[in-house]
Amino acid sequence: MLLITCPYCGPRPEIEFRCGGEAHIARPADAEALSDAAWADYLFYRTNPKGRHAERWIHQHGCQRWFNAVRDTASDAFVATYRMGEKRPPGTEGEP
Amino acid sequence: MRFSALSLLTNALTANARWPRQWRSPEPKSAYDAVIVGGGGHGLATAYYMAKEHRMTNIAVLEKGWLGGGNTGRNTTIIRSNYLYDESAAIYEHALKLWEGLSRELNYNVMYSPRGVMMLAHNTHDVQSFKRHIYANRLNGIDNEWLTPAQAKAFCPPLNIAKDIRYPVVGAALQRRGGVARHDAVAWGYARGADRLGVDIIQNCEVTGFRRDAAGAIAAVETTRGLISTRRIGVVAAGHTSVVMARAGLRMPLESFPLQALVSEPVKPIFPCVVMSNTIHAYISQSDKGELVIGAGTDQYVSYSQQGGIHVTAHTLDAICELVPEFRRMRMLRNWGGIVDTTYDRSPIIGRTPIPGLFVNCGWGTGGFKATPGSGHVFAWTIAKGEPHPIAAPFALDRFRTGRLIDEAAAAAVAH
Repeated sequence: MLLITCPYCGPRPEIEFRCGGEAHIARPADAEALSDAAWADYLFYRTNPKGRHAERWIHQHGCQRWFNAVRDTASDAFVATYRMGEKRPPGTEGEP
Repeated sequence: MRFSALSLLTNALTANARWPRQWRSPEPKSAYDAVIVGGGGHGLATAYYMAKEHRMTNIAVLEKGWLGGGNTGRNTTIIRSNYLYDESAAIYEHALKLWEGLSRELNYNVMYSPRGVMMLAHNTHDVQSFKRHIYANRLNGIDNEWLTPAQAKAFCPPLNIAKDIRYPVVGAALQRRGGVARHDAVAWGYARGADRLGVDIIQNCEVTGFRRDAAGAIAAVETTRGLISTRRIGVVAAGHTSVVMARAGLRMPLESFPLQALVSEPVKPIFPCVVMSNTIHAYISQSDKGELVIGAGTDQYVSYSQQGGIHVTAHTLDAICELVPEFRRMRMLRNWGGIVDTTYDRSPIIGRTPIPGLFVNCGWGTGGFKATPGSGHVFAWTIAKGEPHPIAAPFALDRFRTGRLIDEAAAAAVAH
């Protein structure tokens, strides 16, 4: 079980959290004008990297607030957690 | 060399010391007519049917690790075809029919055992959902029948059908033709069959990049064992499909999750069939060695770690202990994870990609083993002819653009 640091509550066990998938995917502003391919990319296509991955988590059985995390999908180690609206911390891109 | 009673007897007399190697270990050639990326069951089956049915014998299978070392060797070997939609019924039933003759086809005992797959219902929603599946299956000519709790217990005596447990059994759907097979034997049987037809199977050979010609079509594949020219590539890389396709500059509608399984110590035959419960998430069967083979759930996050959270397996064992109380004292020997590539609609992706000459067969998620022969068969046709096999056509990558999804979330049976 992972130990996840909620930016509001501190370190808590994984079973208190739900993962909300890839982070920083903005909903297209003008959906009516979007091509089917671009809409499919927004809805279904994912980066799914082996390495560092930015994703959304919610502290469901705690403060119930959403936040973002960068995690290495090869080792499952968390690199950083940060609040919604904040930018991905510098230095968390690319390979560990 | 064919396996026969005579070959078994002859080799027994020489203390089984003179069995030849079952497939070659060739050096990669500089060019092939087609290259399959991924030496698991689906990739090897694809190569076998390309050589056997389409006379494409100048082809190679490239495997990063060893044959069947990924999900082929990590799954719980369940075979069934009781999916809801016509498109799914067609492909899984196509596979099931191939399973029925596979040992003879390959001259290799894949130990296919149609012992019945029973899916338990625990609430009104399950009952309605399973009955809908049963009626849909029957319309497609696929066997599936409804059992009362007493009938379910008669079919599987260790089952606990007490009404006072947390999730009582209120009925079950039974596909009698479903069952299990020996997963390693499937990879080895297809490898041996493909090798005999001239296919080069190259292990420890990772694909590191793709080269394209001026028109953008596939021209060659870069590997850790050198550059190989080819005009057609079929990627069958399961959980690592996104990683391989990224090397061709393509994004995929996939997410990869760890799916866990575990086995117990071996015991005498006690469990006669496969039992699955979607609602409380457990599935269980007994291998011919006597181990209970138990499938657990997926973790909730993308991962390539081939292991998962212990709470996921603990949750499944809670359910097993309630459904089959005499297993409470069984000791578990091993647990592991496999990386499953899941799509949004829990159906596979088979066919062409935006890059000419590059084909993909992926997205089988938590249930790819059962489809191995059918998947390889239709994908071989697709690569050989350059257009989708009629059974594979609905599973084109383009369905995510057109919106013609095939939502098998209920039939996939693993909660994720």
